[in-house]
Amino acid sequence: MRMVFGTETEFGLSVKHGDSPDPVSNAIFLVNSYPFLSSTSVLWDYENENPLVDARGFEVEGERERPSPEYNRLLNKPLNNGGRLYVDGAHPEYSTPECTNARDVVAYEKAGERILALCGAMADRRKQGEGHFSVYKNNTDSKGNSYGYHENYLVSRTVPFDLIVAQLTPFLVTRQIFAGAGKVGAENKTKWVDYQISQRSDFFEVWIDLNTMVKRPIINTRDEPHADAARYRRFHVIVGDANMSELSTYLKVGTTALVLAMLEEGRSVPGVEIENPVQSIGNVSRDLTLKRPIKLARGAQWRALEIQRAYWEAASLHFSGSDDPVVRDVIERWRVVLAALDEEPMQLDRVLDWVIKKRLIESYKERKGCGWKDPRVAMMNLQYHDVSEEKGLYHALERSGHVDRLLSDDALSHAQEHPPTDTRAYFRGACLKKFPKEVYATSWTSVLFDVGDGTIKRLPLMDPLKGSAALVQPLLDCSRTVTELLSRMAL
Amino acid sequence: MAKQEQKKKKGSEQSEEAATANAEVVEKGKKTEEELDALMDEIDDVLEENAEEFIKNYVQKGGE
Repeated sequence: MRMVFGTETEFGLSVKHGDSPDPVSNAIFLVNSYPFLSSTSVLWDYENENPLVDARGFEVEGERERPSPEYNRLLNKPLNNGGRLYVDGAHPEYSTPECTNARDVVAYEKAGERILALCGAMADRRKQGEGHFSVYKNNTDSKGNSYGYHENYLVSRTVPFDLIVAQLTPFLVTRQIFAGAGKVGAENKTKWVDYQISQRSDFFEVWIDLNTMVKRPIINTRDEPHADAARYRRFHVIVGDANMSELSTYLKVGTTALVLAMLEEGRSVPGVEIENPVQSIGNVSRDLTLKRPIKLARGAQWRALEIQRAYWEAASLHFSGSDDPVVRDVIERWRVVLAALDEEPMQLDRVLDWVIKKRLIESYKERKGCGWKDPRVAMMNLQYHDVSEEKGLYHALERSGHVDRLLSDDALSHAQEHPPTDTRAYFRGACLKKFPKEVYATSWTSVLFDVGDGTIKRLPLMDPLKGSAALVQPLLDCSRTVTELLSRMAL
Repeated sequence: MAKQEQKKKKGSEQSEEAATANAEVVEKGKKTEEELDALMDEIDDVLEENAEEFIKNYVQKGGE
């Protein structure tokens, strides 16, 4: 399999004792506090952006985003690692660079948390006591406002969208049993529960649509591939939780990529369609024993685990000849986690977010003698996701050796500053580092250079697998100036 | 008889082993409890003061 994928995380932001009540100004102040940018004047190039194209074959009316250059610079911080730090609406947001495997996605997503944590610490310092910034990697303020965690998978246009809908719906409805981040309480007019598996499941009200902010759909139809649209479509997943656990993230994106790659290679999983996906996604989130059956369209009753096992069996068979170490590792860990969940979910209290968090809160409740509605429990429910190493409860567990890791601290530090080498993110990041003054703008599909005399040259990067180190590093190494680089690239 | 003795001996050895294993489990359990106590104290230290007020004021709209 060869897939290009990555994630976008919207962070929650709280400013205590702040001098501004405006969330947009606070988010702008936060991202502008990041100290490790090669240049603070690079623009985001919106030329090729169009989030209004629908996979069902039409374009929705709406205003395209085109901020003025000054405002553009305030909102956008293209990063040396090929990713993007920015403000979207009233949120600080981070996109990973384009990656080709789940391990890299985890490294770059976790690097993003560190980038936001550093922004928070620097923002505090700049405010000199006039505001304390807390940044949360979760999906809800527990008052009915949800913010997103979006995954993007570049899928061959040859896979019909109807097939993606049919195959990915049961997968995404049940994936939360290992990918849920855990939540105390319920929202969006649903009945109170002490604890549920997913942060986001309360918010999904329809099956298929283009919306992301209201009437959220399990299958989102945004079809903006940031690549040649004749060859690729983008499968935009908005139904997932933002995870703190490296292994939850790894399994979440790793298994999803495998299921999509199987569709590209002509293998699908028969008989897993769910009769009522919207109802089932809420039910799965509320079933902490994982014993409750889901009614399938063909009439059978399967547990979420059985549906996942059907996907695992297909993947295990399909990729049995694969020598890709990450593919093999994802399949093996997926098997182990499903078996452990079937036996006793709480034994995964070092591995999966929703179990780690549940165990932590239960231990606290027992010792303090408090209930699920205690304000300290509500605080833990939020502060588990604080990206700060000092204040985040997930970080406290990590520090004291209570959670399993996938990657080393060194790997995350590396990902903070260096792009992946095997996609166009390499070229983007390397140009920002080597020519910080000359890079005028970047986007997923372009790098624009200011070559002097008021001339801007736009280098299109429509193929996500071009611009890799293997292809462009020799050119970059021997080019002392942008003009040399561009002439070598025959522009 | 000899066989029976042997059996007996084996049995008592086994129970000794079990006792050691049990002691280890108890010891490990104690250690885990102590660790968890320390962790809960740490959480009390880092948990935002005035949790009720903090949670009430935390509103995050917009985005996606």
